[in-house]
Amino acid sequence: MLLVSSSGGHWTELRRLAPAFEPFERVWCSVLPEMRSEVKPDRFELVPDASRWDRLRLLWSALRVAMVLVRVRPDVVVSTGAAPGFFAISLARFVGARTVWLDSVANAEELSLSGQKASRLATLTLTQWPELGEPLPATPAQRKSGAVYYTGSVV
Amino acid sequence: MIFVTVGSQLPFDRMTAAVAEWAHARGRTDLFFQTGATKLDLAGFANMPVLSGTEIRGQFDRASLVVAHVGTGTIIECLLRGKPIIVVPRSSKLHETRNDHQFATARRFQHRAGVFVAWDEKELPALLDAADALAGGEAIAAHADATLLAALRGFVTETA
Repeated sequence: MLLVSSSGGHWTELRRLAPAFEPFERVWCSVLPEMRSEVKPDRFELVPDASRWDRLRLLWSALRVAMVLVRVRPDVVVSTGAAPGFFAISLARFVGARTVWLDSVANAEELSLSGQKASRLATLTLTQWPELGEPLPATPAQRKSGAVYYTGSVV
Repeated sequence: MIFVTVGSQLPFDRMTAAVAEWAHARGRTDLFFQTGATKLDLAGFANMPVLSGTEIRGQFDRASLVVAHVGTGTIIECLLRGKPIIVVPRSSKLHETRNDHQFATARRFQHRAGVFVAWDEKELPALLDAADALAGGEAIAAHADATLLAALRGFVTETA
C-alpha cells in the first residue's frame, strides 16, 4: 500500500489511519525528511510539496510522485491530501492501483477542490462529515462511481 | 505554560500579536510562540518561526493551554492530550489563507469538549483571562473511528 499526504493536518490524519493498514505492506510518502523516523520500520518516500500557486513546483511534485508510483508499484493508494496525494490518486491508475481519497476533516462544509476532482478519479472517495456524503454501502458492488461516501472520521 | 502556534505554512500575526499584547498587559512570560515568518517583535517571549515534529510534541506536552489557528493537526494533538485549546479562524479576506474553511472547521469543532473559539482576535483577551476555567475534554483515542478503519481494511482486501 502507498499512503500519501502533505504535512501538517493532512499527515496527522493519515497517521491516524495506521491501524487499518497493519496487515499489509506499507510505504508512506510525504514531504518532510523527519517523517522517515516516525514511520520506522515502514518504508518512507520523500516527495516535494507544492501549492496551487506555484506551477513549476507542482509539476516537479507530480513527477516525483509518479516516480514513487513506478518504484513502489502499489496495489492500493490512500491519501488524505493535499497536492502530492492528489497526484498519487490521479496517476495511480497507470500502475493499476486502486485508490481511496479521504477528504480532510478540515473540509467541514464542502469537499476540498482536490477532493472534488479526486472523486472523479478515485476508486473510493470518503468525506469525514455525514452531511457531505452518502452512507458507505456494505458491499463494493453497491458503490456508484464518482459518489462521495461517509463512514466515520479520523477524530 | 501557554503554547501559541500558527502551523507550518503561513504566519498569523493578527492572532500572535493579540496574544503577545495580552501577555504584556498581564505581565505573563510563561508562553512559547511558534510564529511562522512573522514581522512582529516578540522580544521577552520564547519564540521560533518553525519547530520540528519532536519539538512541537514537546510543546503540546508542556502546555496547559494552546492558542492556535484552526488547524486540524493542532486540534487533534490537543484532543489526544485532553488539553484545552483556543482556536482563531484565519480569514481569506485578510489574506491569511486562500478560503474560509477554518471558519467552517471552527463551527464544527466548537461543540467538542476542550475546544474554544475566538471568532476574531478581539475575543482573545476575555478568553485568555478566563484560561484557568477552560478545561480540556477526555483524551481521545490514538487512531481514527473504528468504522473508518474497518472500511479501509475492507477496501484493501476487495478484489479489483
